[in-house]
Amino acid sequence: MLDTFFNIAIMRAAWPILLAGLGNTLLLSATVVPLGLLGGLVLALLARSRSRWVRWPLMAWVDFFRAFPPLVLLIFLYAGLPFAGIELGGFGCVAIAFFLNTGAYYGEILRAGIDSVPTGQSEAARSTGLTRGQTMAFVVLPQAVRNVLPDLMSNTLEVVKLTALGSVVAMPELLFQARQAQSLTYNPTPIVAAAIIYFALLWPLVRLLSRLENRALRTG
Amino acid sequence: MIVEAPLIVEARGIHKHFGALHVLKGVDLLVAERELVFVIGPSGSGKSTLLRCLNRLEEPSAGSVMVDGIDMLDRRTDINRARQRIGMVFQSFNLYPHMTALGNVTLALRKVAQKPRDEAEALGLAALDRVGLRDRAGHTPGQLSGGQAQRVAIARAIALEPRVMLFDEPTSSLDPELVGSVLAVMRELRESGMTMVVVSHEMGFARAAADRVVFMDDGLIVEQGPPAAIFAAPQQARTQAFISQIQRH
Repeated sequence: MLDTFFNIAIMRAAWPILLAGLGNTLLLSATVVPLGLLGGLVLALLARSRSRWVRWPLMAWVDFFRAFPPLVLLIFLYAGLPFAGIELGGFGCVAIAFFLNTGAYYGEILRAGIDSVPTGQSEAARSTGLTRGQTMAFVVLPQAVRNVLPDLMSNTLEVVKLTALGSVVAMPELLFQARQAQSLTYNPTPIVAAAIIYFALLWPLVRLLSRLENRALRTG
Repeated sequence: MIVEAPLIVEARGIHKHFGALHVLKGVDLLVAERELVFVIGPSGSGKSTLLRCLNRLEEPSAGSVMVDGIDMLDRRTDINRARQRIGMVFQSFNLYPHMTALGNVTLALRKVAQKPRDEAEALGLAALDRVGLRDRAGHTPGQLSGGQAQRVAIARAIALEPRVMLFDEPTSSLDPELVGSVLAVMRELRESGMTMVVVSHEMGFARAAADRVVFMDDGLIVEQGPPAAIFAAPQQARTQAFISQIQRH
């Protein structure tokens, strides 16, 4: 049992491969999370437009990418688009798919955050001569982000976990590397090791998140 | 109405519709420099909306608004520059909860008046000093009492050295024992010669400090005059009814 799942020799041999995978997972997360946040911010700001010609296509966009399974989107980009002569590569596909998918989620969260800030806040800011943009940047957004911080973090957690999908398009992230090591060694130990690494990476975030959520509950 | 000083606020023929609701039905409000005009009337009479039309937080449906010689409704007017000259204080304070008292006061000084940080902070501290809260500069709004919060809000407005101050029910959400401190600051402002338009139910303050009381009802100015005349001998039936009602309390 120990030799099958916790084989020390195999663990040691697989370690460099797994580390490279972890590096790629972190790199992917560090690309996709800011991209998604940026996309989400743009969506949230556009959602406040007074013109229905902006708002309706936007709602359709957000709905579409929230309903579209990210795995299907990813495989479409990776395996479907080359038929149209568009080759994005593994990293490009994951980055774009996640940007579209998580951007829509971040956008909805940020929109709710912006809505949660009382209109009196922007009225006070505007009454002192701040422009619309300054009011958003200095008064509304900081409060909006604080109000939805647990949701933003929870979504970020999901995004980091979803980077494992990169393995299906041969993106050498943690899960892909673990499966490589597994097939090289005919032993599941690398998969167990990958699971432990994921846990070690995400558990502190989960703890922080539940502390934030508890605090939010207490302060109402 | 007799006005000796030059006019600083000239709102003429103001109409405001909210959908089917006709909230202001042709209101003229002229305010002379250094005048304190008190606007009273039942809730829903349009007094707050009128105030908010003066700095264009509400867009009038019709009419003209000139403040300190600037046409507030002209598309070519830089509204953000114009608003620097018009301070506003709100019923619910609307302090920025994520900033300290000093941060609240210096934000517009830095971003609108474009003062460097140390100059903005010096001006901010001076404004807080004027409302008696210099020692609360580092406190966040959550750590202030309602009366202190409203005084910080006044400091935030006066730090920009406005030509006119608008007060929208500044004491209505305060506990009774905290009202006095805010009124004291308003009285000090008045004595320094600030032009003020005040929407409020503080009749005692109106009697003591106002130059003119304007009574509004149903989107119109029904009657106006010196406080003594309006409170002691109102001419219109609607004013009489309102005055007698509030004096019973």
